[in-house]
Amino acid sequence: MEGLTLSEAEQRYYCDLFSYCDTESTKKVASNGRVLELFRAAQLPNDVVMQIMELCGATRLGYFGRSQFYIALKLVAVAQSGLPLRVESLNTVKDLPLPRFVVSKNEQESRHTALYSSDADNPASYSGVIPPPPGRIQVKKGSVSHDAVQQRTSTDQQAVWYQDLDHNTLRATLRIPCLASLSLEFSFRRLSSGLRCEIQEKESTSPVVSPQQSPPTSPHTWRKHNRHPSGGNNERPLAGPGPFWAPFSEAQPGSSTSSDPIWSGHSPPPHQENWVSFADTPPTSALLAMHPASVQDQTTVRTVASATTTNEIRRQSSSYDDPWKITDEQRQYYVNQFKTIQPDLNGFIPGSAAKEFFTKSKLPILELSHIWELSDFDKDGALTLDEFCAAFHLVVARKNGYDLPEKLPESLMPKLIDLEDSTVIPLISEVGEQTGEVGYSSSPAEAPPSKSPSMPSLNQTWPELNQSSEQWETFSERSSSSQTLTQFDSNIAPADPDTAIVHPVPIRMTPSKIHMQEMELKRTGSDHANPTSPLLVKPPDLPEENKMSSSVKFTSGNTVTDGYSSSDSYASDPEQIGSTVTRQRSHSGTSPDNAAPPPPPPRPHPSHSRSSSLDMNRSFSVTPGQQQAGVVAYPPAVPPRPQPSQGAGPHVHRPVDAEGLIAHTSTSPQQIPEQPNFADFSQFEAFAVSGVNKEEEDEIETHSEVLQVEKPSDSASSHRGAKADGRVEDKAPANVPTSAGKGTTPLAPPPKPVRRRLKSEDELRPEAEEHTQKTGVIAAVLASQPSIPRSVGKDKKAIQASIRRNKETNTVLARLNSELQQQLKDVLEERISLEVQLEQLRPFSHL
Amino acid sequence: VLLSIICSPPQNYPLYIRSIPTENELKFHYTVHTSLDVVDEKISAMGKALVDQRELYLGLLYPTEDYKVYGYVTNSKVKFVMVVDSSNTALRDNEIRSMFRKLHNSYTDIMCNPFYNPGDRIHSRAFDNMVNSMMMQVC
Repeated sequence: MEGLTLSEAEQRYYCDLFSYCDTESTKKVASNGRVLELFRAAQLPNDVVMQIMELCGATRLGYFGRSQFYIALKLVAVAQSGLPLRVESLNTVKDLPLPRFVVSKNEQESRHTALYSSDADNPASYSGVIPPPPGRIQVKKGSVSHDAVQQRTSTDQQAVWYQDLDHNTLRATLRIPCLASLSLEFSFRRLSSGLRCEIQEKESTSPVVSPQQSPPTSPHTWRKHNRHPSGGNNERPLAGPGPFWAPFSEAQPGSSTSSDPIWSGHSPPPHQENWVSFADTPPTSALLAMHPASVQDQTTVRTVASATTTNEIRRQSSSYDDPWKITDEQRQYYVNQFKTIQPDLNGFIPGSAAKEFFTKSKLPILELSHIWELSDFDKDGALTLDEFCAAFHLVVARKNGYDLPEKLPESLMPKLIDLEDSTVIPLISEVGEQTGEVGYSSSPAEAPPSKSPSMPSLNQTWPELNQSSEQWETFSERSSSSQTLTQFDSNIAPADPDTAIVHPVPIRMTPSKIHMQEMELKRTGSDHANPTSPLLVKPPDLPEENKMSSSVKFTSGNTVTDGYSSSDSYASDPEQIGSTVTRQRSHSGTSPDNAAPPPPPPRPHPSHSRSSSLDMNRSFSVTPGQQQAGVVAYPPAVPPRPQPSQGAGPHVHRPVDAEGLIAHTSTSPQQIPEQPNFADFSQFEAFAVSGVNKEEEDEIETHSEVLQVEKPSDSASSHRGAKADGRVEDKAPANVPTSAGKGTTPLAPPPKPVRRRLKSEDELRPEAEEHTQKTGVIAAVLASQPSIPRSVGKDKKAIQASIRRNKETNTVLARLNSELQQQLKDVLEERISLEVQLEQLRPFSHL
Repeated sequence: VLLSIICSPPQNYPLYIRSIPTENELKFHYTVHTSLDVVDEKISAMGKALVDQRELYLGLLYPTEDYKVYGYVTNSKVKFVMVVDSSNTALRDNEIRSMFRKLHNSYTDIMCNPFYNPGDRIHSRAFDNMVNSMMMQVC
């Protein structure tokens, strides 16, 4: 026709449209199909359309060439502007807005089918809203729009035709920041007739997390794909409702949810809250959200009343950052709804009422159930105001196509919601994971999260934390229950110094326990422990039988068993170690012998018998006596058998020291046994290197001193004296003077060997002969536990030792038992309370 | 290897089944099913005394199959059954009890949900998460 001058925008727009219509790429658009749809979408009266077609020359040509097409488009624009169609107007009209085509969204299939079938009777109440700049309009290419148009029209819905300018050019102009924007759309919908605004669709910027797939969204998905070959993004069409053009310009960030590009084109259901079509809306309305298709199909939807506008506004104002944030308007709406159910804002909405209410939203029960789980923060089966708002918000989101998060978003958490605060608090999302619960996987980037960068933090939710803490509690409780027991025993053991580090005879043989006991041993025996090392060394030499469990203790550092036994034996063995047999705790490991015969608690050996024995021993050497005293002091120390006697000596001393510090009592017994050892030792000492002896001497000295100190009574001294009358005395003096002197060398070894002797009597020394001798002596000595006839002493001692041991064990067990009883009581109480709670909560009875 | 099933009173059909994936899952199903009888037997044996909530049922230990079955019954006669591989000796009685306790807690949470109809299969995500985490610990 006449020359057509198009502005650049127009040029672009028309070009796109032409491309769209030019399905066959023939550069000639026949007057059919898409063109017709396009024109119908223009929502112009048919006659006008005919007129346009005629004017542009298509009727003559029979098809729409590009120029004709452009002309036609321009004429459409003219017509839409209300100007009379004139050929002249093509060029004369200035600032003609771009033709607007509204496409309603519909099921794609339906669209297609309807494409040709439906009557293009677009109710035109097409309100030319803001002529969006080219950028805004995104015409949806493809048949969808056409189809939609067809159907929409029939359904009295208006669809917005999104022009997909180009796959490349995404107009992310309008984005729905979040649900707030949704409201816009709804309100838009509401605008049933007349409020057509172009819906801008934003290109989904953010990668949509997962296209929400609710059946009604199918068209959207389709559309989505179509439009975004890049893959699924959710476009959030937010058509601005009539009054809310503002939003359009807002270009809300893409809180595009997946799938539902809510094309604003929904025919605006009337003034209802589209997004809250509860109750009244027919089932379809459930989807209200953004499915224009659904909306159209149902048309109903928007039944909800009133608040739409407010909601819309609300939506608009919501921040872009937090899709889950509840805007003020929304919150107000929620509160109002809450009031309808429960007038008292501080009260609860019972579960049943809430159920009814939310069921009206027509969401699937499964989803409602999940929403409930998320929002019922305190798991009490009732909703507080905050919980209700959260639940409501989630429902709205779901209806709008947002996927439900796995965890309650921060902003929805009751009492944590700061409505004004749009900043997302990067909460503890990690915290949730701390729990290590698989369940707490950070909330999946649901659609909303995906949209805004801040979303991720939303994942963390307090409930998660709470739950995790709950988990922690259970853990701890569980662990404690099991662990405390073990701890228990070990703790008990050392408590009683008198009993000399009594470790309950392995009550629990669990390794951990033993270990703990061992540790206890170590602790208790720490004092003695000093010499432990040397003792430990000795053990190998010592005979296997360690009667002196105490000696083990000395060697507590050693194996657990050793410690265990040693302490045990030690404690229970105040008496005569002589009962070597009984005592033998096989320390096995380290120092078979080392348990320096943990002589029973310091039993002063008043018996002169000892002394006699000592005398005997003394005969062997002076040192033994000394050592004996010293040795006595450290019963536990396992005097490493003086390897050649010397070793024993020093070792003996050391352990003696350690032991002596702690268990006086033990020392005494040690002394006794030592006596015989002395004898032995002395013998050994004789052979021992003097050097070693020196140390021993010193030690002995100290030992003896210690002994003397420890032995409160001078029983020790007397003991010593008694033990080895001469010996001890000799030792002492010998030690003193001989601190540097070698002469006392023999002292050192003796004690140890003596001890060892006690334990294992014979096996000790390789120097068998001496041993034998000593053993005899030792036996005698052992037997001579305080005034116990030597002959029977051993047995008695053994028995007494065992008795003591058993008693200690009993006490420990009794203690343990009481603790367990207490625990049991607590648990039972807890159980009762839970049962009561369950009873209360149980609305039904299956019994 | 662990399998937990919850069964509801009247007909004892499973409300929830979850197991660590192994080949013999079906065998576990069968085992649980058969164990229900034993559980019922124990319940009836209780008589007047209220069913002990913390019944720990260690039985059905088939030497061949070498696994243990634990049971737990709530006041509403909902039974939890857990099958654990015997090779998992680290699993102690206390742990089993705590696991049942957790299950029970989660179950009550589900019950609190007004949208849950008793007798329905359990689809709660939170519950799934809890069970998954529990089973992860065991295995």
